[in-house]
Amino acid sequence: MSNGNRQVLTGHQVVANAMRQVDPDVVAAYPITPQSEIVEYFSKFVADGKVDSEVITVESEHSAMSACVGSSAAGARTMTATASQGLALMMEIVYIAASMRAPIVMTVANRALSGPINIHCDHSDSMAARDSGVIQIYGEDAQEAYDFTLMAQRLAENEDVLLPVMVTLDGFTLTHTAQVAELLPDDTVTDFVGDYEPLYPLLDVDNPTTQGPFDMPDYYFEHKLQQVEAMKNVPEKFLEIQEEFSSLSDREYSGLFESYKLDDADYAIVLLGSTAGTAKVVVDELRDEGKKVGLLKPWMFRPFPGEEIKDALKGKEAVAVLDRSLSFGSSGPLYLEISSALSHEDEKPRLYNYTYGLGGRDIAEKHIAEVFEDLENPELEGKMRYINART
Amino acid sequence: MADFELKKYDEVPIGGVVTGGATPELNETGDWRSNKPIFDEDKCIQCLLCWSHCPDASFYIEDEEVQGIDYDHCKGCGICAEVCPVDAITMVPEGEDSEDE
Repeated sequence: MSNGNRQVLTGHQVVANAMRQVDPDVVAAYPITPQSEIVEYFSKFVADGKVDSEVITVESEHSAMSACVGSSAAGARTMTATASQGLALMMEIVYIAASMRAPIVMTVANRALSGPINIHCDHSDSMAARDSGVIQIYGEDAQEAYDFTLMAQRLAENEDVLLPVMVTLDGFTLTHTAQVAELLPDDTVTDFVGDYEPLYPLLDVDNPTTQGPFDMPDYYFEHKLQQVEAMKNVPEKFLEIQEEFSSLSDREYSGLFESYKLDDADYAIVLLGSTAGTAKVVVDELRDEGKKVGLLKPWMFRPFPGEEIKDALKGKEAVAVLDRSLSFGSSGPLYLEISSALSHEDEKPRLYNYTYGLGGRDIAEKHIAEVFEDLENPELEGKMRYINART
Repeated sequence: MADFELKKYDEVPIGGVVTGGATPELNETGDWRSNKPIFDEDKCIQCLLCWSHCPDASFYIEDEEVQGIDYDHCKGCGICAEVCPVDAITMVPEGEDSEDE
């Protein structure tokens, strides 16, 4: 069911419209390529009186997230957006937002981390935040970024979760390109996200609280265990929210990852984000040639759905994990997750690790096709290979 | 330090929140002060600048008048001595004031 409005919009406009429809109390942000236009478009909605939000312009991303934490602690529904160096500068407070259980929804327009300085897409920025305690959802296109931004609001504020949610979309590839996206009617979104009832609003002076205090060794561990437990609740809640969202839109979401022609596939690729679009084209072409190939695209990276992915990859001949970031001196972050998920299986697929797309390096259909070719060669198992790099 | 019973992770509010607003009553936080404000009642003109500038809440007030300093919570920052227009508060190194002698 949907009376939505299909439009041609950039990723920026789509996310800004999701924020407009959520109509948060506070948005605190600092501009950084390729995120800036999200907050610019949103600021126009504020100036035009389309939302009741307060936009706090600050002097850095460190201050942006600090303002978000303060606003969230006060009891306000709070959003922000950043990328790359901005997220890196924000990082100290991202950990604090998660530990203070502030349900802040943030967009990350994925961009390479310096150095060398580069403004184009890879996932090194959000991957650096993977241990911060935020929930991470990766979108393939502007539509998914829109849908997940709305779902993130519900997920963050769920009483069994209460954690920040990061929704990512690939910088430039998705932020700066015009795509067809369906926006739900405003009142549908208003009803879907509902009212926010903060648990311990600092502005409730009749019930005073101390927030973000010092922890000695006698309680720090227990407070981290609370975050562990909250993360455990995320998958079930996310699936419930997906089901409700699917009934309101033309899209069907029912999983922590998308499986594309995966069920009967012998050979599979696992990757995050917009490159899934290219991979789907290649899967279709190879299927036409009779090859049993498929794609697994995790939506959720934190918490990582290892158990579910293990089941989905059961019986595969070989699996290639394509990482768009490096962990120097180790394997790619996504590869490590998949490898860990499969580690207790007696019979597991051969695992291949690739790094691609660093600093916006192109990845074309032919590169994905070459990966599927590699998967038939057992000798290449386990060796890190760099796609479209001059090695 | 008050004597707390250590609780399990699911027995305390999430996010380190302390409910009830009673933290200062339970914790004496002035024990790491290196400089101590000494209040001279005779010089004081009861302007209350010290009370309004104190980043803690370390001035005892009764009937809108300063009665003295709460040394269990004063951190010794010295802002009160800086703002006092009549030098009724002086900072002395901890342990060297006449009260300690």
